[in-house]
Amino acid sequence: MLLIYCPYCEEERSELEFRNAGDAHIARPTNIAEISDEEFEAYFFLRDNPKGVIFERWRHIHGCGRFFNAARDTVSDRFVTTYKAGEPKPDLDAEPKTSAQVETYEALEGAAQ
Amino acid sequence: MADQATAIRNAPLAGLRGGSPAAILTPAAPASRISLRAAPDAVAALSAALGVTLPTRPKTSASSGKRHALWLGPDEWLVIDEDGKDLMAAAASSGVMHSAVDISHRNTAVIVSGPGAEVAVNSGCPQDLSLAIFPVGACSRTILGKAEIVLFRTAEDTFRVECWRSFSPFVFGLLSEGAEDAGH
Ligand SMILES: [Zn+2]
Repeated sequence: MLLIYCPYCEEERSELEFRNAGDAHIARPTNIAEISDEEFEAYFFLRDNPKGVIFERWRHIHGCGRFFNAARDTVSDRFVTTYKAGEPKPDLDAEPKTSAQVETYEALEGAAQ
Repeated sequence: MADQATAIRNAPLAGLRGGSPAAILTPAAPASRISLRAAPDAVAALSAALGVTLPTRPKTSASSGKRHALWLGPDEWLVIDEDGKDLMAAAASSGVMHSAVDISHRNTAVIVSGPGAEVAVNSGCPQDLSLAIFPVGACSRTILGKAEIVLFRTAEDTFRVECWRSFSPFVFGLLSEGAEDAGH
């Protein structure tokens, strides 16, 4: 079972208590009526879907109820770090806040083919 | 002339008994409850008005007699009064900005008690319920199988499992299975 550190509950909880809420740090246009269709498309629909680290919103829906942000590796599913909503993107080269390493398939079995 | 219909309130789980020698299940008595939301600057006045100090640390609760305040989130509490006192009026008398919703009848609770209580709850709940991590007085919104619950440890071997009344047959049934397993 994947454990996710909630920055509000200040402990790791089972993934069953959480829900993914899409990409983080998407800035809502200040006046959405003024932007072009292309700008709206870029804001509303277009996402990078990276292979590797992605910044996402998560919600501790069956816990404290809060939205927060997480940096997650889309290959290994490892949570690099989590931080409160409204906080800036963390420097991932710094020490991760998450207390424990999550066991991944890659760590146990080698790179997935 | 039609006879007057009389509405009878049926308590969820009324009359049910269950569990095993390791973990006894008892439907909790009716209680009054509010879902309380408030900003940090209103906590002191609400605590004074409710007569119980609203906890501000995750997973903690505070009790005063039969009244309990359970931390659910950074600005959210479940307040339970087992004597059925009017919590809405008490919160309103605080005079500070808050949101209170009477959920006395939305929720019901199952008391799980006995040496196997921890195992019975863990049969459907993924949290670490060891005493070091989830001590007496600890509380948390979490899940039990498919149902959301609020778990409150009232004694080393006793949990109060709060759930929505429509989920209560499922919660009672799953806890019954867990209680059976806890005996082995
Ligand atoms: Zn949380």
